[in-house]
Amino acid sequence: MNNQDKELLKEINDSFNEESESYNIRKNGKSIARKVNDYINIVTKEDKSGIDVYVKENTLFGIVHIPVIITESGLTDVVYNDFHIGKNANVIIFAGCGIHNDEHKDSEHDGIHRFYLESGAKVKYVEKHYGEGKGSGKKVLNPTTEIYMKDHSSMTMDSVQIKGVDDTVRITKAELEDNTTLEISEKIRTTGNETAKTEFNVNLNGENASVHVTSRSVAEGSSYQEFISNITGNTKCYAHVECDAIIKENGKVKAIPEIYAKNIDANLIHEAAIGKIAGEQLKKLMTLGLNESEAEEVIIKGFLK
Amino acid sequence: MLELKNISFKRDNKIILNNINLTLDDDKFYCITGPNGSGKSTLAKIIMGLIIPDSGSIIYNGIDITNLTVDERAKLGLGFAFQNPVTFKGLTVYDLLKIATGSEVGKKEACDILSKVGLCAKEYIDRELNNSLSGGELKRIEIASVIARCPSVSIFDEPEAGIDLWSFKYLTEIFKEIGLKKNGTTIVISHQERILSIADAIILLEAGQIKEAGNKDTMLNNILASDCLKGGTHE
Repeated sequence: MNNQDKELLKEINDSFNEESESYNIRKNGKSIARKVNDYINIVTKEDKSGIDVYVKENTLFGIVHIPVIITESGLTDVVYNDFHIGKNANVIIFAGCGIHNDEHKDSEHDGIHRFYLESGAKVKYVEKHYGEGKGSGKKVLNPTTEIYMKDHSSMTMDSVQIKGVDDTVRITKAELEDNTTLEISEKIRTTGNETAKTEFNVNLNGENASVHVTSRSVAEGSSYQEFISNITGNTKCYAHVECDAIIKENGKVKAIPEIYAKNIDANLIHEAAIGKIAGEQLKKLMTLGLNESEAEEVIIKGFLK
Repeated sequence: MLELKNISFKRDNKIILNNINLTLDDDKFYCITGPNGSGKSTLAKIIMGLIIPDSGSIIYNGIDITNLTVDERAKLGLGFAFQNPVTFKGLTVYDLLKIATGSEVGKKEACDILSKVGLCAKEYIDRELNNSLSGGELKRIEIASVIARCPSVSIFDEPEAGIDLWSFKYLTEIFKEIGLKKNGTTIVISHQERILSIADAIILLEAGQIKEAGNKDTMLNNILASDCLKGGTHE
């Protein structure tokens, strides 16, 4: 890895270093470094591009890093990564993709990640997307996440895309069985002519399954964002979806909520709020000595923190 | 010294403030009081730059600040506590106090500031400034954000509005302490006798004009005798 690679890696995952207990680094469509241990195994797929990550049952505090970096302009990298999390295993997975593109050709990464959580498994999944480079070529990231949760398992997913990604279509699907909990937090900031579309499809199939989706986004310049959520409650279950967006300049945000209760005991809530920064918030921070643009930045950074 | 010269302000063809002239000395505690609609909050906001007057000027320590923005006035040493504190998604109490002090203030120092307004610092310092905080809690944090700046002119717009009796008890204690310190000019917009009684001087506004101004003892007797504060709430 050269210095540019290291800088990109740092942008998407600053907790990674070569001492980390298990990892797989992918650069320009190929694995360039891998480390496994007794509890976490990483195997290259034979039928397509990608890896299988196996976390043994009852693993405690396992950590896996699977960062992707793309520095080759014009490359479209499609990868299928599957995560098999054993019974009662507890693991943190750091993913994410950084693209550096100084040329005129588009660079794209489509990561299809599937999570299979056995009974009682606990996963924290952290994903950060980032783009940089002076070229006119677009930086495109299209992550698809599929989550299959067996009874008493839980997962939190934190995804962040703050800077430099021209176009993104993010799709998250989840199937939840009895007594499962899924918490998703998504933060997106778009500027210029960037577009971001994010879609959640969650089926609450088991009793006492619950999902909480929090989406906070900021659309600036002439950027466009679309938020679609589709939550179906098939049994006694709970869902809470919050979509909060700040728009600036000519930024546009469309939120399309859909909640579908198919059982009398399904309790589904959707909240969505889109608007510009409140004038009172700006005024308050200005009385503390910040000018208008500094105040805006503080409000946005806090909102996306 | 803060001087207001011939300040007038109209809105929707209604005169809100009519030729206000006022000189406020350093290290004094002033209460501006008066019935609803008398123009008290408007006057406070004009001093901070949150409202621009139609005419008149504001001179602070010899500098004409009439055309300065809110943040420019803040940098000169003016501070303002809002009647209705603003909430922020994602910003914590600690974030606000860091911005207020304008430096990388440590958590211990921030906790000390919160303790001054009667909040148990450990419980509040990392709380988000959202609606999970009660009106009284937000009010005290608002006051803490002004105290944290140590401004030379501190303006509090109806600090007692919207808070419960317990919080009010703390509030009067806070203002007593501010009054004793004599640290810069303090201007409090208030209807409350207990806050008026802390002041050095009281300014009574009525229908956009200064009806009377003078030292606390004389003014308080006159005001209480005239019942002009009855029914006072927000403005």
